[in-house]
Amino acid sequence: MIQQIDYFAIAAPLTLALVAALVLLLDAFLPARRGVKSALGFVTLGGVLVALGFVVAQAAQAGSGTLSTFCVPAHLADGGSPGESCSFVVDRLTLIFAGLALVAAVVVVLMSMTELAEGDIPVGEWHFLLLCMLTGAVTLPASRDLIMLVVALELVSLPVFALTALKRYDGRSSEAAVKLFLVSVVSTAVMLFGVSLLYGIAGTVFLPRLAAVFSGELPAPGWPEASTSILEADHGLPGLVTVGIVLLVAGFAFKIAAVPFHAWAADVYQGAPIPVAALLSVISKAAGFAGLILVLVLALPGQSATWIPIIAIISALTMTVGNLLAMRQRSAVRLLAWSSVAQSGYILAPLAVAFRPGANAASTAVGATVAYLVIYAAMNLGAFAVVMLVSRTASRNELDDYRGLVFRSPAAGLALAFCLICLAGLPPGLAGLFAKIVVFREIVDGGAGWLAVVMAVNTVIGLYYYVVWTARLFTPERAVAPAARRPFPALWVAIGIAVAVAVLFSVAPQPVLDMTFLSATY
Amino acid sequence: MTSWLPVALLAVPLLGAFLLLVAPSLLRPILPAYGMVVSGVTLALAVALVATFDHGQAGRPQATVDLPWVPGLDLRFHLGVDGISLPLVALTALLTFLCFAYLGWGDARRPGQLLHPRPGGARPRALVFTLLVLEVGMIGTFLALDLLLFFVFFEIVLVPMYFLIAIWGGAERRGAAVKFILYTLLGSVVMLLGLLLIWAQTGTLDIVALGQAHGAGMSRAVQVLAFVAVGLGLAVKTPMWPLHTWLPDAHTQAPTVGSVLLAGVLLKMGTYGFARIAIPILPEGAVAVAPWLGAFAVVGIIYGSLACLAQRDLKRMIAYSSVGHMGFVLLGFATLTTVGINGALFANVAHGLITGLLFFLAGAIKDRHHTADIPSLGGGLLARLPHLGAVLTFASIASLGLPGLAGFWGEMLALLGAFQPADVLPRALFLTFMAIGGLGAVLTAAYFLVMLSRATHGVPSVPLPVSAGTGPDDHPADAIVRPAADLAAWETPDERPVAPVGAVPEALDIQRYELVAWVPLIVLILLFGLWPQLLLSLTTPAVQTLLGALS
Repeated sequence: MIQQIDYFAIAAPLTLALVAALVLLLDAFLPARRGVKSALGFVTLGGVLVALGFVVAQAAQAGSGTLSTFCVPAHLADGGSPGESCSFVVDRLTLIFAGLALVAAVVVVLMSMTELAEGDIPVGEWHFLLLCMLTGAVTLPASRDLIMLVVALELVSLPVFALTALKRYDGRSSEAAVKLFLVSVVSTAVMLFGVSLLYGIAGTVFLPRLAAVFSGELPAPGWPEASTSILEADHGLPGLVTVGIVLLVAGFAFKIAAVPFHAWAADVYQGAPIPVAALLSVISKAAGFAGLILVLVLALPGQSATWIPIIAIISALTMTVGNLLAMRQRSAVRLLAWSSVAQSGYILAPLAVAFRPGANAASTAVGATVAYLVIYAAMNLGAFAVVMLVSRTASRNELDDYRGLVFRSPAAGLALAFCLICLAGLPPGLAGLFAKIVVFREIVDGGAGWLAVVMAVNTVIGLYYYVVWTARLFTPERAVAPAARRPFPALWVAIGIAVAVAVLFSVAPQPVLDMTFLSATY
Repeated sequence: MTSWLPVALLAVPLLGAFLLLVAPSLLRPILPAYGMVVSGVTLALAVALVATFDHGQAGRPQATVDLPWVPGLDLRFHLGVDGISLPLVALTALLTFLCFAYLGWGDARRPGQLLHPRPGGARPRALVFTLLVLEVGMIGTFLALDLLLFFVFFEIVLVPMYFLIAIWGGAERRGAAVKFILYTLLGSVVMLLGLLLIWAQTGTLDIVALGQAHGAGMSRAVQVLAFVAVGLGLAVKTPMWPLHTWLPDAHTQAPTVGSVLLAGVLLKMGTYGFARIAIPILPEGAVAVAPWLGAFAVVGIIYGSLACLAQRDLKRMIAYSSVGHMGFVLLGFATLTTVGINGALFANVAHGLITGLLFFLAGAIKDRHHTADIPSLGGGLLARLPHLGAVLTFASIASLGLPGLAGFWGEMLALLGAFQPADVLPRALFLTFMAIGGLGAVLTAAYFLVMLSRATHGVPSVPLPVSAGTGPDDHPADAIVRPAADLAAWETPDERPVAPVGAVPEALDIQRYELVAWVPLIVLILLFGLWPQLLLSLTTPAVQTLLGALS
């Protein structure tokens, strides 16, 4: 059998992978001069932009339908399913996640250009690892079989350990890398176990076929009474399926730092270079959510009774624990780490009401999740970019270092204030408010009143630390700030992009909602 | 019919605030005038809105604008005014303008006038910016005819008010500001859940359409749940006993203009929500919850009055008196009758005028004495500062509900409504409420008279220093000024400007900038007291419309 590969469909990850190799070669063969550092940065940036261009082109074309490749024809597929099964599908959901990852990557690359300009971090390796990680982040939302999903998720995770550890001779950084490595490896092992259980029962790795098996439309080959539907088995739902689902969800919960698998977040964020922390909190997290949505909504809709309570409880715990931990922080990065854990809880919440009775409930729930994720990405990146700016002058980067930032640097102070108010979800940060309303509306509509109340209380807890931090920005400082002021053009561009997007989402959130809710229609 | 007036009412202050960001250096020298001009234009627009309002059709929204904003959320930019919102819009524009006049009139060098740049940083530009953004939120809340738009404007006021207290407030401002914003946000998030529940059940966010439907499409259980959720959010803002605990701290710590706007307008946003959303949209829920609302209201009346009797701090006392007055407003709403709700709306506006004036006065007294502790003021205010004392007496008497002044009608109508509540409500219960409310009115008179007897009457004397631990608001003894002996020394050196030593005592009485800010309030208190029909004719048709299903 000769497989036809649709190179246009895989153009974005392919570009990123090629540029990654190119960056490594350039680093090896170009003389180690000063200009080379930034040249490599621009090559990376160019690669990301080209990939983004492909995503936009696909979006323009995919208005008509979806692109798919790496397909197994129907007559070869196990059990003879209707239609062919594809491993790589570019639909609207794929495009929005890929677009989100790439736009966020532009900001992260700009941030890392500043980080690399001074440190002794090897530039070539950094950009290579960054591009590898992006390749994974773009591939993951397009994956439609479990193996591809796991491989892509590993591609997202593995380079990040190395990126975290690249700040050599820094104990904290090494500790962070080891922690992240151990947590990630364990989560992968857990997830692989879950995947193997599900595969063992269903006899297929393709998500749509998994869905058919687990909703009882197709017989389950791995089940003793193979000829019958899985739901008609005498002794009810096989416990094995439940175990498989729980393990799979647990694996993803590690990636998105959901409670009870959240403990690594603060230490890792603090130890890693700030661009990597931003990367973890946005791109890596988005990839985790993409995987979770694919598995739960595409592969396991028939088992929603099993995973919906799990997701609801995890969501409530995540937002509560994240917020409570964030209240006690003195370090800006640790605070953002716990706040991003709490935000994961909000992002997860709509999934807990997917598959309620009603027309296209699943798609509006996924739409709400993605909408929150997109808006969260913009405001969180803005906050991280300003935090990085402050870290240049205040190495400890504690909240007290932000006292009077508005007077020292009005643009940075106002940008951070806006992003924090956005994260808190108050006007004038309307983007965050709208995001919260979208999620609240979904939950209330879905009838999960208790979750809505938990989230309401959490919004107030969250406001406390955001507003206390914001107030610090406007408090006149007692001592005069160190005058050492160097220009960070790339970093300013990063701040500008993130804040401009957040402002745009505040004034006109409709495009986001259009994109995300369309993305979720199957 | 699309009207530009409501949009302009929001656009002018917003644009004014925006210009401050864009051209700070250009505007810095003329800040006091700039604030007055921007808020003055807004006031002029509000007056134009009043003038063009068709009084014959006060029951339906006029000057409407209806544009889509975020279709994905069903959020429409839907504005308009009717007989209920029109007085509040005018009140907001007026009070904001008077605040700017208070801050910026004349040379702006007086202690209460924060717009004068002074060492230590009064940050005048930020103050004007904050007040203008606050005005956008306040006016927008009263104009909004879309549930989510209402919520957005409701939330806009939080951040500016937080900064108003946290930056320009008193000694314990940080805690008060945090308490204010967390408490009110908790309320408004719960309200958001209620609003979304209404949306989920009816599929629309249009307040006009929902009001005309009178709860159609929602079961009784849903209505009760939604009413409780929305009511809780509004009750925090109002504030209703026992959700009022943020109010005294916020008021005591806020600067004068902050207190005025907080009492004059922000509290009205809560009560307005009852008239605009909770009662008309959820009539069955209202019937079910009204006895509880009435009970909490009368407890609030009594509690507020008793708390006032125990206060030593003037600002804190006025803050607690707001709890009592808002109790009358809530009692009026709880009767679900035209009379009661009319009374509530009247009391709402009257409270805005009177308490606004009272907080101006408390601020003026505090600026002169550097304390608001009533015994430390030393009494004899009428002898020392005759004009200030007279205005304080007037405002207090208006607040305690003397017939002929604005404070009377609202309370009277609210009690009258409780005498004959809606047919669906238990009359005996409401008669009890009326009796307790009447007792509260007596207590209100009592604490105001006690305050007056301590502060304005008597022989000006050198007050005894306050010993530690005698009251909830202890001030260090060095803060106490000996008014009779050291009149010229009332300016102890702090970050405020130092007046020339040996200033004539007359200079301490009412200043021109204070007169400018206070006279309109005094006139309106008299006007509405003597001619209540002016306001009632506006609200009556609107109230009849909103009660549609019940009356």
